Amino acid sequence: MHTDTLQPEILGQIAAAASPEALEAVRVAAMGKSGSVTALLKTLGGMTPEQRQTEGPKLNGLREAVAAALAARKAELEAAALNARLAAERQDMTLPVAAPRTGTIHPVSQVMDELAEIFADMGFSVATGPEIEDDWHNFSALNIPESHPARAMHDTFYFPQQPGDEKRMLLRTHTSPVQIRTMMTQAPPIRIIAPGRVYRSDSDATHTPMFHQIEGLVIDRGTTLAQLRWTLETFIKAFFEVDDVALRFRPSYFPFTEPSVEVDVGYSSQTNRPAGAGEVDRWLEVLGSGMVHPRVIAACGLDPEEYQGFAFGTGVDRLAMLKYGMTDLRAFFDADLRWLKHHGFSAFDVPTLSGGVSGGLGA
Amino acid sequence: MKFTLGWLKDHLDTDAGVEAIGAALTTLGLEVESIDDPTAALAPFTIARVLTAERHPQADKLQVLSVDVGDGTPVQVVCGAPNARAGMTGVFGAPGTYVPGSDMTLKVAAIRGVESRGMMCSMRELQLSEEHDGIIELPDDAPVGARYADWARLGDPVFDVAITPNRQDCMGVHGIARDLAALGIGTLKDPAIVAVPGKFPCSVEIRTDDPDGCPAFLGRVVRGVRNGPSPAWMQARLRAIGLRPISALVDITNYISFAHVRPLHVYDVAKLSGPLVARRARDGESVEALNGKTYTLAAGMTVIADDRHVNDIAGIMGGMVSGASEATTDVLIECAYFTPERIGATGRALGLNSDARARFERGVDPGFVAPGLELATQMILDLCGGEASDVVVAGVVPVASKVVQYRPARVAGLAGLAVADDEQEAILTRLGFGVTRGDPWQVMVPTWRRDVGVANATETWDGEADLVEEVIRIHGLDRVTATPLPRADGVARPTATPAQKLERRLRRALAARGADEAISWSFLPPAQAEQFGGAAWTLENPISTDMAAMRPSLLPGLLAAASRNADRGQPHVRLFEIGQRYLADGEHPTAALLLAGNARDRDWRNGPAAGFDAYDAKAEALAALAAAGAPVDRLTVAPPVAAWWHPGRSGRLVLGKVALADFGMVHPATLAAFDLKGNVAAVELYLDALPPPRGRKARGAYAPPALQAVTRDFAFVADDSLAAEALVRAATLADKTLITGVRLFDRFTGPAIGAGKVSLAIEVTLQPADRTLTDADIEAVSARVVAAAAKLGAVLRG
Repeated sequence: MHTDTLQPEILGQIAAAASPEALEAVRVAAMGKSGSVTALLKTLGGMTPEQRQTEGPKLNGLREAVAAALAARKAELEAAALNARLAAERQDMTLPVAAPRTGTIHPVSQVMDELAEIFADMGFSVATGPEIEDDWHNFSALNIPESHPARAMHDTFYFPQQPGDEKRMLLRTHTSPVQIRTMMTQAPPIRIIAPGRVYRSDSDATHTPMFHQIEGLVIDRGTTLAQLRWTLETFIKAFFEVDDVALRFRPSYFPFTEPSVEVDVGYSSQTNRPAGAGEVDRWLEVLGSGMVHPRVIAACGLDPEEYQGFAFGTGVDRLAMLKYGMTDLRAFFDADLRWLKHHGFSAFDVPTLSGGVSGGLGA
Repeated sequence: MKFTLGWLKDHLDTDAGVEAIGAALTTLGLEVESIDDPTAALAPFTIARVLTAERHPQADKLQVLSVDVGDGTPVQVVCGAPNARAGMTGVFGAPGTYVPGSDMTLKVAAIRGVESRGMMCSMRELQLSEEHDGIIELPDDAPVGARYADWARLGDPVFDVAITPNRQDCMGVHGIARDLAALGIGTLKDPAIVAVPGKFPCSVEIRTDDPDGCPAFLGRVVRGVRNGPSPAWMQARLRAIGLRPISALVDITNYISFAHVRPLHVYDVAKLSGPLVARRARDGESVEALNGKTYTLAAGMTVIADDRHVNDIAGIMGGMVSGASEATTDVLIECAYFTPERIGATGRALGLNSDARARFERGVDPGFVAPGLELATQMILDLCGGEASDVVVAGVVPVASKVVQYRPARVAGLAGLAVADDEQEAILTRLGFGVTRGDPWQVMVPTWRRDVGVANATETWDGEADLVEEVIRIHGLDRVTATPLPRADGVARPTATPAQKLERRLRRALAARGADEAISWSFLPPAQAEQFGGAAWTLENPISTDMAAMRPSLLPGLLAAASRNADRGQPHVRLFEIGQRYLADGEHPTAALLLAGNARDRDWRNGPAAGFDAYDAKAEALAALAAAGAPVDRLTVAPPVAAWWHPGRSGRLVLGKVALADFGMVHPATLAAFDLKGNVAAVELYLDALPPPRGRKARGAYAPPALQAVTRDFAFVADDSLAAEALVRAATLADKTLITGVRLFDRFTGPAIGAGKVSLAIEVTLQPADRTLTDADIEAVSARVVAAAAKLGAVLRG
């Protein structure tokens, strides 16, 4: 057959091949050992040089055209086959996947981390002490003698006294014993906060027999109430993320401070946050504080004529409630999964100065 | 401490209004809890006289009254009170008036066909007392038409202030007035108390045989008294502060207690027998107190007794047997000084609170014992008549003179706020201190200020800070302005201790792995503690028996929490807690994790739901330990030691000989004690057992190995008692240079390998160092692995 007719015929067959198998059949019929194109190419050997000069390029052109058409058609068929397979592999992307397991950090822990971060910037480190205390650290060293009404006032949980015991063991009623332990083991200047569990025999909607307090202590030469005021203002502003806060200092009484100061924080009902003097329309009693009593300083082996300082304390649970809006203290210790999920914080809400100390609020 | 404005004005000459006084009290540290103005509710009620009283035509028990309300036109009122009668004076409410005691508003109404235009009121209807047997009867001279509240002094606003325990001098109106005067709210009225001369020798012998508990017992008899009701003004004041008027004699003692912090007691002389003596109680002696309860006394308590009875729990509450009554004609006034510590201890032991105890245990003014007795005598003579005997003084009132060495510069030194010397002196003087300037100042403390200074001061600074507080309190504590603490150079330095950092990492690692942090009580029901080996610490006075045992483990709290959650329809929990365990040798920081309910929910991809198993607990334990920086690749698993774990499905992670954690399934018997169903897995990590974290220093140069690692798999058959960990360790140690990792990846049992046998497959990683491994090299290592396994009885599968 002549190339002029053979080429359109084969190219037509290639184009018509609907499957890789059909295309292979066309290829074998054209380019196989006994294929039509192969047969024509074999005729080149019997030609004269002149004939070869004219027929050679024609036959090579035929071969190349057929090969190119075969390759192109093969790619077409493969692409179609892939498309068909992928189409068949469709999945419903709206099906649910397993929800990520997200745990939570308890608000009390979160707030303690926030406090540690804020006070670290002011140079305070975090101190700790035992929860099972003796009456000397919890009371006597804090200028609360045996007969002092404050001992009864504290509703103390006691452990049975063993015969021969000099000290009475109890559950600490405040974090203030950590003041004593710190002053007895650490040379001034001292700046610490001491957060932790404390216990009082009291139970109603706003009191639980166990709760959390944080204590602050600064001992140095020349420390004053004015510096206490700055410290508390700075802390309240940072903790509640407000630009201004009005504090009110009222005289009060704690056996271990003199003068003693009750600190009210000015609140705005508009924002329900601490506010500056202009916006305050109510006062919340938040902190107890004062200058450490000279007898307490002396009980710790320091000279009150040389060293003085201030202490303050407040409830961590209360701070958490004020900042994050919980209403029932008892729920803090109930471990109700729904409450924990609602009020807890992400593990990644780590309070930092650069990222903000409020986990989950500004972050 | 409650008092009324009118009462205060007896002691303070001031024009200040209620609000200004309230603000001043708070400034002084006498925190106002409430100010109650009863006139607001009772203002519409007026004094009226019943002109006529006729039988109601339709009802036997009703009367139709014609009432003069003061405006000239009699008003018709239907009244059911049995005491309503012509000529009596009472309290009238007109139509439109809200009656607080019956929570209704009066209107013109027809009662059984007769129109009634208002009401004559009972005490209960005005919420003045529970009295409802009849309508209020007022003296005939009560001014008709006047506001009843004003006439009865009910209109007196009532202040309720919280008195801090140090300020016993402000548990009386006079002390509060003194503080207000010092602040500039008026002038203190402090008239001298004139002694009442005795007309006859005291007829009752008075003694103190207990000078420790009762250093001084002053008394005198007033004979020929008439003990009726006290006057209306006194009753009104006592009622306003929540006290029940009883009789003139008793009311006078209460009145002076609240006016001058000077509790007193009165005895009916006719009911006494022999001398009246302050002495120690005898063990088992009992007394019926004025509250109607009988108290059994113990040796060590101080009592006032005569020959026959204990007549008074000294300084706390009088006894029924010799109390004053309407029949009393001769009365003995007791005005004593009791030792505060004794009163406090006795009151606590008896569980008995009283206004007298509250004052005596904080310490009454030793300088006001004799004046208090004179004041009481005069009031009794004024209100009850009679004549007074001589005063008997038994014992000595302990008046200690206290002088404080005071440097006025300490105000600026402690408060950071300068107050001029002259102002300081003026403040202290107004508060009753005696100031002698010098270097330092000598400041004499008034007898009523028990809180300032110490008797027999041993340190020059004793009491100085107390005076700083007095000065700054009156000058204005809120005037202290903020001054920054000095700040160290540079950025803030890290402050957290290694233990604190460990806790923080662990807490966030556990939460990141999906657990919710709980905080549970440190105390448990003892029965729950028993499940965990018992409590080393048990409270003597728990708030309830369910909160008595200090937890020996964090698991019971979490199990109880899981049980509560299950009861609320939340059975699937992953709870953790970080806190202390309380053991005999002290407190141990601990973390615990509890896994209850489903590990996986049923799911279209993964099939049915699955519970937690011991390996879930192990995985969490290892992840937590890794987060805590423990060398998890060096841990071994030991059998559990505690009874609350499933004996076959739990383990203890040990580093060397130190237990770092327990993990596994909780024993079903323990679960039953917490009403928990299903399988519960748990972990307890012992934070103080963890090795201290290694410092994160620079780690030195590192080049990854040039040659690729190769792996070889081995499957062994062994007795199923062989611990997988032992096989892995044996393989790891078979060639310490080439073998860098061994991982067990398959395990099965079944008929194919025989009963009691297990197939364990491990993947061993070989890391060549300097040349590519030849087949011979690998064969040699493999042979060592097989040989090491063989020593454990593990045979390579064919």
